[in-house]
Amino acid sequence: MAKIRGSIVVDVEKCKGCEVCMVTCPTGTIAMAKEVNGKGYNYAFPANPELCIGCANCAMVCPDGVITVYKTKI
Amino acid sequence: MTQYTGIKEIIKPENLVYKKTDIMTENTLSYCPGCGHGTAHRLIAEVISEEGLQSEAIGVSPVGCSVFMYNYLNIDWQEAAHGRAPAVATAIKRLLPEKFVFTYQGDGDLAAIGTAETIHACNRGENIMIIFINNGIYGMTGGQMAPTTLPGMKSSTSPYGRDVKTMGNPLKMADLVATLQGSYYVTRQSVHTAANVKKTKKAIRKAVLYQKLNKGTCMVEIVSNCPSGWKMTPVQSNKWMEENMFPYYPLGDLKTPKE
Repeated sequence: MAKIRGSIVVDVEKCKGCEVCMVTCPTGTIAMAKEVNGKGYNYAFPANPELCIGCANCAMVCPDGVITVYKTKI
Repeated sequence: MTQYTGIKEIIKPENLVYKKTDIMTENTLSYCPGCGHGTAHRLIAEVISEEGLQSEAIGVSPVGCSVFMYNYLNIDWQEAAHGRAPAVATAIKRLLPEKFVFTYQGDGDLAAIGTAETIHACNRGENIMIIFINNGIYGMTGGQMAPTTLPGMKSSTSPYGRDVKTMGNPLKMADLVATLQGSYYVTRQSVHTAANVKKTKKAIRKAVLYQKLNKGTCMVEIVSNCPSGWKMTPVQSNKWMEENMFPYYPLGDLKTPKE
């Protein structure tokens, strides 16, 4: 069976660390970093990248549009 | 541009699923973390981009948090005085009837100082689209009570909660507009989950397409959060909105065109 794998790219400097993407992610791919970006926010990053299914829920709810989503079948 | 990426082998142009639309400029949004304004901006930009209206669209930006909206969408803009966006949009649409004209207003702008303009523009049936962001509070000025504040809701000018005996009842603008003869399509949506974002995008697309029919005013109310004004984290504020705002402002279409 074909497996769907996804990957996200986060524009770290524009992320405001609101955590809305982390809550909406169905697979728990996204977590908030312990480090902060230039503005002092704990930015979102794909902590478990192998779990991503490329559903784009995170990108759709992101108020600042910092997430780009890619998806492919393996 | 600093980036943090997932699995690098998947990141190829042919695998792209979702990317911020080009109509959104590279400026960082001035909103607080988790604010629904950013999502609403992006949805409008996506619909304008997908319908090919970038050169036709003229937006009227309000006074309020979204006052700098002209910095974020790469289309033509006109700034209006506080609350007067529907009146300005009326003039633009009448002078340039082939353009796509919309206003973007918050509840302090549309439901407080601009109530008369909104109601009369909708009653005249002007062919404009009104995007109404309802977060039940004056977000920009520090969380004061707005006409749309819920009964019992705390704000900086109603610290013991809104008492309807002395402060009046919340104003349901979309319900009010839906009763007017001139309005064509009135709906209430939200942007806090992916499913609701999709529904809101559909509603905005409908409103954009209805403007070409010249049948009347279309209003899309977006019930949104204000984490700073409500003194909550973004995730808490979304939960609070589901539990408290939606019973009073139920989501769904309030007026749909009769076929």
